[in-house]
Amino acid sequence: MPSRVNTAGDTLDSAARQAARTNREFAVKARTQRQIVFTRFRRHKAALLSLVVFVLVVLFAFIGPYLWHTSDTFMSNDIYTAPDAAHPFGTDSNGIDMMASVMQGTKSSLIIAVTVSVAATTIGAIYGAVSGFYGGWTDTILMRIADLFLTFPIIAVAIMLDNRFAAEASSLWLLILVLAALFWPGAARVIRAQVLSLKEKEFIEAARALGARDRRIIFRHLLPNTLGSIIVIATLTVAGTILTETALSFLGFGVQFPNTSLGLLVTNNQTAIEGGHPWLFYIPGVFIILIALTINFIGDGLRDAFDPQQTRVRA
Amino acid sequence: MLVYSVRRLLQSIPILVMSTFVIFLMVASAVDPMTPYLTKRPPLSAAQLQSLRIRFGLTHPLVQRYWDWLTGLVLHGSFGTSTQTNFQIGQQLGYAFEVTLRLVLGAILIALLLAIIFGVVTAVRQYSKLDYAATTIGFLFLSLPTFWFAVLLKEWAIQINEATGAHIFDTLWESSPNPPSGFLPQLWDAGQHMILPVLTLSLLSYAAWSRFQRASMLEVLGSDYMRLARAKGLSPTRVLLKHGLRNALIPLSTQVALDTAGLLSGAVITETIYSWRGMGLFFIQAIEMADPNAVMAWLLVAALFVVIMNLAADLFYAVLDPRIRLA
Amino acid sequence: MSVEKPGLGAGEELLAVRDLTVTFPTGDGDVHAVRGVDYTLRRGEVLGIVGESGSGKSVSSLAVMGLLPKTARIEGSITFQGEELLGLSERKLMKVRGKKIAMIFQDPMTSLNPVYKIGFQLEEAILAHNDLPKQQARKRTLELLETVGIPFPEKRIDQFPHEFSGGMRQRVVIAIAMANNPDVIIADEPTTALDVTVQAQVLESLRVAQRETGAAMVLITHDLGVVAGQADRVLVMYAGKPVEIGTVDDIYYNPRMPYTLGLLGSLPRLDANRAERLTPIQGAPPSLLSLPPGCPFMPRCPLAREMCAEQEPELLPTDDPDHAAACHYSALLAGKKAEEVFVVSAADTDLPESYGAEVAGVTGEIATVPEQPKAEQAE
Repeated sequence: MPSRVNTAGDTLDSAARQAARTNREFAVKARTQRQIVFTRFRRHKAALLSLVVFVLVVLFAFIGPYLWHTSDTFMSNDIYTAPDAAHPFGTDSNGIDMMASVMQGTKSSLIIAVTVSVAATTIGAIYGAVSGFYGGWTDTILMRIADLFLTFPIIAVAIMLDNRFAAEASSLWLLILVLAALFWPGAARVIRAQVLSLKEKEFIEAARALGARDRRIIFRHLLPNTLGSIIVIATLTVAGTILTETALSFLGFGVQFPNTSLGLLVTNNQTAIEGGHPWLFYIPGVFIILIALTINFIGDGLRDAFDPQQTRVRA
Repeated sequence: MLVYSVRRLLQSIPILVMSTFVIFLMVASAVDPMTPYLTKRPPLSAAQLQSLRIRFGLTHPLVQRYWDWLTGLVLHGSFGTSTQTNFQIGQQLGYAFEVTLRLVLGAILIALLLAIIFGVVTAVRQYSKLDYAATTIGFLFLSLPTFWFAVLLKEWAIQINEATGAHIFDTLWESSPNPPSGFLPQLWDAGQHMILPVLTLSLLSYAAWSRFQRASMLEVLGSDYMRLARAKGLSPTRVLLKHGLRNALIPLSTQVALDTAGLLSGAVITETIYSWRGMGLFFIQAIEMADPNAVMAWLLVAALFVVIMNLAADLFYAVLDPRIRLA
Repeated sequence: MSVEKPGLGAGEELLAVRDLTVTFPTGDGDVHAVRGVDYTLRRGEVLGIVGESGSGKSVSSLAVMGLLPKTARIEGSITFQGEELLGLSERKLMKVRGKKIAMIFQDPMTSLNPVYKIGFQLEEAILAHNDLPKQQARKRTLELLETVGIPFPEKRIDQFPHEFSGGMRQRVVIAIAMANNPDVIIADEPTTALDVTVQAQVLESLRVAQRETGAAMVLITHDLGVVAGQADRVLVMYAGKPVEIGTVDDIYYNPRMPYTLGLLGSLPRLDANRAERLTPIQGAPPSLLSLPPGCPFMPRCPLAREMCAEQEPELLPTDDPDHAAACHYSALLAGKKAEEVFVVSAADTDLPESYGAEVAGVTGEIATVPEQPKAEQAE
């Protein structure tokens, strides 16, 4: 406590002052960033609901097969049955239970989508951070290469590659590779833009002044500050992958037998409506929409939660 | 402005040149014209296969093949000969591209219109019921698989046609098999065939763009110059449209350009559902026939289209934002 | 130090703010940004509103213009020439803004729309309230640019904001404010974002604007130096409430509220003895989310006693009826200097012992802890 010299308040009862001070605790405590993000996310009702539904879908896909009474390879005699108690999703032309098929299809689609997303986002984020950090010619060249990837329609490239590696196409890895190669430039672009603006901030200058090396600045200071964007991109890439995979399956490329996916299911049943068994077409489609929709909402909720500038009051 | 335009134009050239190289490499490794011949029954003799290889130029080194193709393209305007058909690649591709262009441009127009209107309205009335409704619908469209939706639309259109007895929607091909004569009737015919495909493609793009526009508009709404404009005593409408909208459109123009390649992909799928004989069919056939020159021509045209769209977007950006003209 | 203004106090009352309260609902609760502001503004006078960030000075002025977000809850009364402004329809407010009451904002770099020419933005302000042919509007624009001191106005009028420096942009904003000869000009921290040398030029433009239009001005700032040179009366705000109001002389030579005293004491002065130390005020302003009862300045006030924690002091006149202060012990401060009340040496925080560890966290290397600076010696 600083000493006092002859002030008018020298006659004060300093004890009383001290007591008064300690009573003035602020009611609002400071919060960690994680807490802020969680609180914000919880306020986004649609995102919360979507999270719940998404978790249910994941459980359905991964745990479901162990609990369900049939598998997706068992061909029964009930061909083209409409949804009923034994087969809530009906059966297809081979008597295979659609529910089991959809479970497997969902599982497969999710695995592909998440793998692609993790790969594409990781590569894209590091690529974009490095490019943005170094700037100049490095940046120009790296970004031109990324742009090149973006210039060609996904479909065309996927079809070509798939055609060439037809023998290996039965492996999911090719598909994952192709899809990752097509989604990483988007991530790179966004992260690079963020790094470009973060680079100018004083804390980077300070880190440099203290002697931190480039690699450390990129991985320890820049990338963690883009975490919000990375998470959002990763989430939205999952949705994008599911939809792209569906498109590829439709065109005859992408997932092939013996693998399965929701896209493949829809493709195989595209004439189902005219054929009089529309559920075969609708149900897998609804699942695709459900997954993409819930993920999009979750991504939106995350984006709102991470946005430091959101000061707008919720009505 | 002029200097900027010329500069951007010149900058596009190296990209195109690089693209040709990448295209050539991709196709040379992925599309082998010998494929259909290798599996013929009865099998061809070694001599026959070799003569085919010579005809297709496969015996030359890679670099020379690239050079031959490039010079043929730049100097003679020729895409090379098809390895399977007798058709002129250029002519075929031209027709296919024109068909697809109708779809893509129509979709961009409608999607932009919807996106701007909804983006602005939902930003101004943030958190209102309209905002929530529009956002939810937008998300729904964002989550629809293109072809699933297209099939659905087609089905409903057929059912509406049957129910009403009137031929409202045309679901097959880009124009009727026996088109009416005269420019206007043909335009009308093409238009009728365009409704469903354009609807399909545009609804999916509009969703993404309107969210983008909403975010961009929200940012603009919070800026200082908007506040100053209101402090001048201008009406809220004028402030919104004259001061706000122009600034808010700037990021959108870039986004549209970036999405062009994606739109082409979407167009390929949409065309297939409605049996249009456009770029989609051309490409798939070219791949199935293992016709490298046709595939290269297609990729080149696609790349050119994207580059031109990027250029157009950059120029539009410069029109909107005078600061960029110095860059 | 004050500028003699003839007829001070005899001018027509233009703006009267009574018991203005502004509350913002946020996710964490209600933020009481403004808690009962009163002041009057007469024709020809300059009122300086002084306070730290978060004291509510800008918010109260935005309330006058009707530019607060729709979610803000505003209570009290704001009358302009007798007419109540709060609750007025947007159409009626439009007629007041820019014509009767004009505002100048803080950051000149973002106040002007980057995509339109300067000339256009000025003409727009003129044409919004006057039905003039474009020619005349352009002529007036050139006049205005010249008045505020923009060189080569014929060339500059067709340029874009990014071609102007910060100080020049602010002068354009001032030109926009004076375009329609308003009765009141509110300048919200007009020089805060500018360099000191540019500040002088902008303040000069502001003075010219006031002179040419004969307007009354509300000058909001945290810079006591600016206020001293420009204002006739000063209102000191703290934590959303006015804590002292009086003429410039009153405030500067006879402050009666510890906060004002502290502010004056922490001002570096060129004419002060080098050996004299500054007397900073310890601590930081309170959060407006949860204000405890009693005087908001209490935790930082050297005079604080029990009553200060229980009851918030009201703004009461001191020996001079025009000079009011909100402090239970304002009488004690008569004739006191800052260093007599506040402590001379103050460091809000000491260098933490963990300093070396923090460096390591940034660079990834074990760094030697730098020599801690010794405690300052009195000269």
